[in-house]
Amino acid sequence: MSNNSTPLRRFWAEFRENKISVLALVVVVLLILLALFAAVVSPQNPYDLANLSLMDSRRPPGFVGSGGYIHVLGTDPQGRDLLSAIFYGLRISIQIGLAAGFVSLTIGTALGITAAYVGGRIEALIMRLVDLQLSFPAILLALVIVALLGQGKAQLIGALVAAQYAYFARTAYGAAKAERGKDYIEAALATPLSGRLVVMRHLLPNCTPPLIVVATVQIANSISLEATLSFLGLGLPVTEPSLGMLISNGFPYMMSGRYWISVYPGVALIILIVAINIVGDQVRDQFNPRLRK
Amino acid sequence: MLGFIIQRFLQAAMVMAVMSVIVFCGVYAIGNPIDIVIPPEATQDIREEAIRRLGLDRPLYEQYFIFISNLLQGDLGRSFVYNIPVLELIGGRLPATLELVLISVIAATILGVSLGIYAGYRPDSRISKTIMAVSVLGFSVPSFWVGLILILFFAVNLGWLPAGGRGETTEIWGVAWSFPTPNGLSHIVLPAVNLALFKLAMMIRLARAGTREIMLTDTIKFARAAGLSETAILRRHLLKLISIPIITIFGLELGSTLAFAVVTETIFSWPGVGKLIIDSIGVLDRPVMVAYLILVAFLFVTINFVVDLVFALIDPRIRHGVSK
Amino acid sequence: MTDPVLSVKNLSTQFFTRAGVVKAVDSVTFDLAKGEIMGLVGESGSGKTVTGFSLLGLVDAPGRIVEGSVKLNGTELTTLSQKDLRTRRGREISMIFQDPIATLNPMLTVGQQVRLAIDAHEKLSHRAADARATELLSQVGIPSASVRLRAYPHEFSGGMRQRVAIAIALLHRPSVIVADEPTTALDVSIQAQILFQMRDLAAETGTAMIWISHDLAVVSSLASKLAVMYAGRIVEQGPTATLLRDPRHPYTAGLIASLPATAKPGTPLTQIPGTTPSLLSLPPGCPFAPRCDRSTDRCEVKPQITLQESRGWRCFHPVEKNAEVLA
Repeated sequence: MSNNSTPLRRFWAEFRENKISVLALVVVVLLILLALFAAVVSPQNPYDLANLSLMDSRRPPGFVGSGGYIHVLGTDPQGRDLLSAIFYGLRISIQIGLAAGFVSLTIGTALGITAAYVGGRIEALIMRLVDLQLSFPAILLALVIVALLGQGKAQLIGALVAAQYAYFARTAYGAAKAERGKDYIEAALATPLSGRLVVMRHLLPNCTPPLIVVATVQIANSISLEATLSFLGLGLPVTEPSLGMLISNGFPYMMSGRYWISVYPGVALIILIVAINIVGDQVRDQFNPRLRK
Repeated sequence: MLGFIIQRFLQAAMVMAVMSVIVFCGVYAIGNPIDIVIPPEATQDIREEAIRRLGLDRPLYEQYFIFISNLLQGDLGRSFVYNIPVLELIGGRLPATLELVLISVIAATILGVSLGIYAGYRPDSRISKTIMAVSVLGFSVPSFWVGLILILFFAVNLGWLPAGGRGETTEIWGVAWSFPTPNGLSHIVLPAVNLALFKLAMMIRLARAGTREIMLTDTIKFARAAGLSETAILRRHLLKLISIPIITIFGLELGSTLAFAVVTETIFSWPGVGKLIIDSIGVLDRPVMVAYLILVAFLFVTINFVVDLVFALIDPRIRHGVSK
Repeated sequence: MTDPVLSVKNLSTQFFTRAGVVKAVDSVTFDLAKGEIMGLVGESGSGKTVTGFSLLGLVDAPGRIVEGSVKLNGTELTTLSQKDLRTRRGREISMIFQDPIATLNPMLTVGQQVRLAIDAHEKLSHRAADARATELLSQVGIPSASVRLRAYPHEFSGGMRQRVAIAIALLHRPSVIVADEPTTALDVSIQAQILFQMRDLAAETGTAMIWISHDLAVVSSLASKLAVMYAGRIVEQGPTATLLRDPRHPYTAGLIASLPATAKPGTPLTQIPGTTPSLLSLPPGCPFAPRCDRSTDRCEVKPQITLQESRGWRCFHPVEKNAEVLA
């Protein structure tokens, strides 16, 4: 019922009503800050091999290692302090999730709007391809592409983008197509107003709310997919472990009861993904007029 | 009806043709195709023989037709690692995967649809809210992580269930299955639960959304106005109406579960095609990768075709050729 | 006068939404005698349909009846449990809807759907139920009914589908049928057929009917009395002839003036200026005041009902026929 001035304020006022969503947002911001300042908050640089000692490997939480400080969450098979490794891993996971999310957003939106704006054969071609790809599981596509392209950050992001752009394309297409059909767009195109202006002024803004929703969900999905690929040994090189790789590294030791190596990075991963999804759900509910009773 | 089947069959064939072009491009156009079909340590003679056999010296469109004709004859090359035809290799692994996937998807569907209908029918009850919270969790938590936790709890800590492998199998129609033997069944529980959880969350969401939408329709209002009991409304009207979206998703999920089996099979060392493909990617056994891709594409297309047929059987509007 | 079959007093139904409370039905009061047909007229969103749902206890959350009484054959329905209410729905009171495509289940045969409605209140053998269904479908004018029982709704035309719905509603010869614009979605030629067929069937079975419509012309050819709804309230009610000849509420007068039949040929049709107010933010007084050329400061208070013989209205400045003739 609040009639605050800007739409953004009204959005926030509604968002604030759901305590769980606010908590999730706080968690997401906190995790991003931890990732940004990983080097400051970590007791150790886990990527600097000179820092690592095999003497310290696979130690339980609370162990005081050769560095002279307490390993709060224990150490991994390479002797890394697990807490530091999690902070750095968080950084890689978030980096890759954001990068893959934004590249897919850009490519997908461009394709979707092009299809809706141009129409005809190009529309049919683009959307058929997108639909065909959507019926194919993303994980499989990413798997094959990583297998074909090889390992590395760029390849991984490429695979995630290839697996996810179609969702953005579908969403942008749906929203743009609905708007494109309206009389005022036809009218705008009949005037000397350039097509670019129509796209920027009318089509793009109308696609924004649904795209924001898809973007939150897909960033969480990218992070989850990256972790899965890394767990399967198809993600990043071992020297710079992401959260998925940390979990994978600890997996063989789980049988012998050294659970912490896998479990703590996993807990971090899940908190990150669940928090992003809760925020995404809330944003989606607020954008969805059908749920506004 | 027959026209519908023919039309759908042609569509399936079209999709398969497009897929074959994509796979062909993916495999033959990226990098040097000869490296994909010949092990790196092969002699010069073998290399040249293969180039000639595959026609890699011919124009691209001819190469595509050679690829297709080999494909149609079931010749997908030999595995570098196992040195047997890949079709045979994959065929031997397929039952294990199918067994796992079918058990998971059927269990997830029955349970998920029941819970989802309940949650959609009584959206404000506490049980429904719990169901939805659990489904959000099942949706968000990566499946490999759930597998890990299942192993940690039920295999390592409690020691109730085995953590990997297929256990004892028994032969039915010349194919080995795990589920009929008690030991095999105990091996299938954890991987099946792992694979089913994600699908369960999905089915709950879908059935709930469908139920909520259907319960608000005039069909239900009219049935209530005629004095039908809630049981009759749920059993006769709702179940019939909700079967359409459920069957669509069931088909799609069967396909995507085949893909997700890759993760579960790896965690639980389940000797199916998923584990095979991960191992093959690890050692760059490319003919296996190509064959797996084509197999999955084929299964996808087949499943979609079957779903369409089932639709035609249950939905009178399609059966009578009325467009929706 | 005998006791009415349906007696509604001060019925109010509200929807409790996030955006606020929607007063969809506000203090609705009327009686319905055996076999009587009442027209409930109003613009879309005026609360006609919700009134119908309220009578049957079919208001979905977040809405509920907040006040008032609905007495059907002497039994108070608003305090009844859902279970007891169900045994009365279909048997004593039933309802048909606007769009016959949406009301019938596309996945069940017409016979199955009639069967379900029979089973809801009676134990009949398969054969007896089929005979009953066939008889009913023929009665509402469906040719070769016994064969058509095995057909699905999509195999029927729009008019035939609505006849099936009518057959289901009449199945147990209820005392009251609420008909929510059942002919609006049909072709004009079929509209009249169904209209008069329903009137005849109702007369045969002694069923009273509430005919909901936005079209005053349709309703007045059918109903013996009228209730005009505006923004959730009945603003005027009374015998059809009286109301048409001598409307008191300016809104009723406006509706009648905008009927094509009342206009002189060659003159433009009269319109009521403005639009219906949002039920979320109703003015404190008369909801029609902002559109009314007779409104004064007095209209900022809710007008109570003024009764006169068999009719009533809610207005401080009623239209006086004689006054207008003089002016």
